[in-house]
Amino acid sequence: MRWSAAILLFVLLLAIVAPWLSPHDFQNTNFNAILQSPGLSDGRFFGTDEFGRDLFVRTMLGIRITLLVAVVASLVSLVIGVTYGAVAGYIGGRVDAVMMRLVDTLYALPFIFFVILLMVAFERNFFLIFVAIGAINWLDMARIVRGQTLSLREREFVEAARLTGVSTVRIIFRHIAPNLLGIVVVYVTLSVPQAILVESFLSFLGLGVQEPQTSLGALVNAGVKQMEGASWMLLIPAALLALILMCFNFLGDALRDFFDARHVR
Amino acid sequence: MSLLEVNDLRIRYGDNAVVDAVSFEVNRGESVGLVGESGSGKSQTAMALLGLLPRSARRTGGIRFDGTEIIANDERALDRIRGRRIGMVFQDPMQALNPYLRIGKQLREILLQHRIADGAAADAQVVAMLGRVGLPDPERQFDVFPHQLSGGMRQRVMIAAALIAEPDLLIADEPTTALDVTVQAQILDLLEELRDDTALLLITHDLGIVAGRCERLLVFEKGKIVESGATASLFTAPRNEHTKRLLADAPRIDRGDIPPAGCGKTVLGIESASVSYSDNGGDELQAVRDVSLSLREAETLAIVGESGSGKSSLVRSILGLIPMRSGRVVYAGAPLEGPVQKRAAAQRRDLQLVFQDPASALNPQMRIEDVVGEPLSVHAPGSSSDSRRQAVLAILEKVGLNKDYLRRYPHQLSGGQAQRVAIARALILEPKILICDEAVAALDGAARRKILELLKAVQDESGLSIIFISHDLSVVRSSCHRVAVMYLGLLIEVANTEALFSAPRHPYSRALIDASPIPDPLAARATAPLKGEVPSLRSPPSGCVFHPRCAFAEEQCRETRPQLRNLEGARVACHRAEGIDLGLCY
Repeated sequence: MRWSAAILLFVLLLAIVAPWLSPHDFQNTNFNAILQSPGLSDGRFFGTDEFGRDLFVRTMLGIRITLLVAVVASLVSLVIGVTYGAVAGYIGGRVDAVMMRLVDTLYALPFIFFVILLMVAFERNFFLIFVAIGAINWLDMARIVRGQTLSLREREFVEAARLTGVSTVRIIFRHIAPNLLGIVVVYVTLSVPQAILVESFLSFLGLGVQEPQTSLGALVNAGVKQMEGASWMLLIPAALLALILMCFNFLGDALRDFFDARHVR
Repeated sequence: MSLLEVNDLRIRYGDNAVVDAVSFEVNRGESVGLVGESGSGKSQTAMALLGLLPRSARRTGGIRFDGTEIIANDERALDRIRGRRIGMVFQDPMQALNPYLRIGKQLREILLQHRIADGAAADAQVVAMLGRVGLPDPERQFDVFPHQLSGGMRQRVMIAAALIAEPDLLIADEPTTALDVTVQAQILDLLEELRDDTALLLITHDLGIVAGRCERLLVFEKGKIVESGATASLFTAPRNEHTKRLLADAPRIDRGDIPPAGCGKTVLGIESASVSYSDNGGDELQAVRDVSLSLREAETLAIVGESGSGKSSLVRSILGLIPMRSGRVVYAGAPLEGPVQKRAAAQRRDLQLVFQDPASALNPQMRIEDVVGEPLSVHAPGSSSDSRRQAVLAILEKVGLNKDYLRRYPHQLSGGQAQRVAIARALILEPKILICDEAVAALDGAARRKILELLKAVQDESGLSIIFISHDLSVVRSSCHRVAVMYLGLLIEVANTEALFSAPRHPYSRALIDASPIPDPLAARATAPLKGEVPSLRSPPSGCVFHPRCAFAEEQCRETRPQLRNLEGARVACHRAEGIDLGLCY
C-alpha cells in the first residue's frame, strides 16, 4: 500500500510541477526536431512526436487530465450512486421500485449517443467528459449499493436503531453507509481505471480531449500510429497508464482494509 | 488395540495454540463425549481427525485410526477413510448438504465413491437408509431437495449419509445445536439407536446431551484435556476445577430455586393480538393468532415454544417492527399503535429489545461508546458529549464493563461482553420493559449465568419488567416468574413457573419439559420423546393444532379448537386438561 500511494503521489507531483520546469512547451511544434528518440540532452526525456512537440511535457499534461477526469468522475459516481442506492434500498417498496426503474431506463440509453447529444447540445466542453462518465458509472454503483443495503436493512443493529427512534437519514448515514464501505471502495478503485479507459476511448473518437490538450489515452492513440518508427511514443504513455492503474488497484485493496473497523485489533 | 489413538496432538495458527498436547483413545463401539466451551479446541480436534484443518493450521502429533497413521495432507488415503470408515455429522445440515442435489443422489454418491454398491442396488440401499432414519415415505424423499425438508429432517438425512457406508467411527459435532429441543431428543435417540457397533465421538457444549448418552467424557479447556473419565463418575465426583465450574454453570430443569410469581399491577396488556405474513404465493400465514397476555410490574414473563411458534413475531409486533393485523397493546393506559417510527418518544424509550446474536445486533463499524450512547443522542439531542460519555460509562459499569471498552469495536469483544454492551444500549434510556429475544441462547455456561444474574440485579434495583423469549426451559425455570407456552401461533398455557414445572396442564408443556436434557446421568427419565415436528403454518391442523403429536388426542381434539380457559390459577387451552394425568414432573 505504501508503495502504491508513494508512486501515485510522486507521479502526481511530477505531473503538476514538471511542465513548469521543462524548457519546452506542450503545444509548440518544432519541425527541426520531429520524432526524436528519448534522451537526456535538451531535456527531451521522452523524445518528441511527429510534430516535434516535447513528449515529456505532453505526457505529464496527459497524466494531469487523465487523473482529473478519472477521480472526478469516480467521485461523482460515488456520491450519487451511494446516496441513491442506499435510499432506494433502505426505504424499499414503491420508492425503491420507481428509483430502480429510472436506473434501468438510463441503462437503456446508448452511451455514445448520449455523449454525442451532450456535445451537440452544449459546446465541446471539458466538463462534459466528467458528466458523461459519471452519469454512466453511478448507475452500476447505485445497483450494487442498493443490493447490499437490502441485506443490511434486515440486520439486527439496524432494527435496534429503529427501535430507539434513530431517524431514517441518520440510519442511512451512520449505520448503513459505513458498512457499505468495503464494497464501495473496491468498486471505486475498479471504476477509476474504467473511467480512464472510457476517457481514452472518447478521445479516440474525437469526442474527448481536444488537441492540443491531451490525455494518456490520447497519447497512446497517437503512439499506436507511430509505433513502427517511434515505439517510445506508444511505450512510455502506455507504461505510465499501466503503472497508474495498478497503483489504484493495490491502493483500493489496502483502503478497504483500512476503513473496515473489523481489522482493528 | 483401540480404534482411534490420538497422541500428543497439537494444532497452532501462527503463534496461537488452539489444541495443546491432546491424547486420548476411542475403542470400538464406544461412545465418547468431547465437552467444553466454545473455543476450547474440541471441534479443531475433530477436524484434525478427518484431515479437514485449513492450510494455515500447523499440526503435530500422531493420529492412528485402526492401526494406520492419518497423515494431514495425504488426500488419497484420507478419501478412503472419510465417509467410509469415519462418518461425520455437522452442526448445520443446511450447510453440509448440497442445495442443488436431490438427497437421494447425495447419499448414492457415497456408495458409488466407495464402491459399496451401484445401480439399482445403491438406490435400494439409499431408500432403506432413509427409512431407517425415520423419513416418512422414503421412496418419495429420494427425489427432494434439502431446502424442501425441515431442519430436523435434514439432520436425519445427514445421519443417513454418515452411517450409510457403515463406518467404524461416527463424529457428531454439535449435531443438535441448531434444532428445537423436542427434535433434539429425537435426533439423539436416533443416533444411539442406529449406530450399533459404530463408535461415537459426540462433540458438544451442552452437558445435558452427553449425560445419559456417552460412556466416557473428555473435558476440554483452552486446547487441553483437563479431565477424562467415565461419565457417571465425572458428573458425581469431578476432580478438576474447570469441570466443577462447567457443572455448576449448567442450568438444571429438575432442581434449584424457582422465582415466586408476584402480583404487581399490569404494565403491558396484549389483547387478542394477531400477526400474519403474506408468502410469495399471496397466501396469508397466521404467525400469531389471537394472543392475550399481560406483563406485570417487576416480573419476568417467559414466552417459550419451538421455532415457528410465533414468539418472535409477537414481540416484534408489540414493538412496532412488524404490523399487528388485529388486536391491540396497552401500555401505561395508552394504546401502542403503528410502526415504531411513528410512536411517541416516551413509548419508544420505555420498551427496549435485546437480540439473540450480539455479533449482528451491534454495528461492526461503531465504537462501543457510540453504540451505547446513540439512544441518548436521539432522545436527548441537547446533551453535551461529556455528559453523554459519563452516562455511557455509568451504564457500562452497571453491566460489568469498564472504561477500557469505550474505544473498542464489537469484534474485539467476546460473545458475553458483546451481549453486555447490547444490554447496556437497551438500558441506557431506563426503559420500563425489556424484551429479551433468546438473549442468552448464543452464550456458553458461565457467560449465560452472568447475563441472567445481571438482568436479575437490574430488575431488583429498578423494577424492570422483562419478557424473556427462550426455547431453553431450564434457563426459564431459574429466572422467570411466569411462563406463556406458544405453539403454532397460539397461546396454549400460561402459568406461574412453579406451577408449570411441577404440574403442567397441557401435554405440549409437559413434552417440552421432558425434552430438556438434564446434565446428570442419574436423573435419567423414562419418557418417550415427542413425535413428529411442528406442522407448517401454511396448513395448520384442524381442531387443536397440537393433536397430531398429542398422545391424548380424541375425536373432539381433531374437530374443535380448544379455547384458553382458567384452571386452578393457570390458563390452558386443552379439552382434556382435567381428564388426563400428566403427573408431577419433579
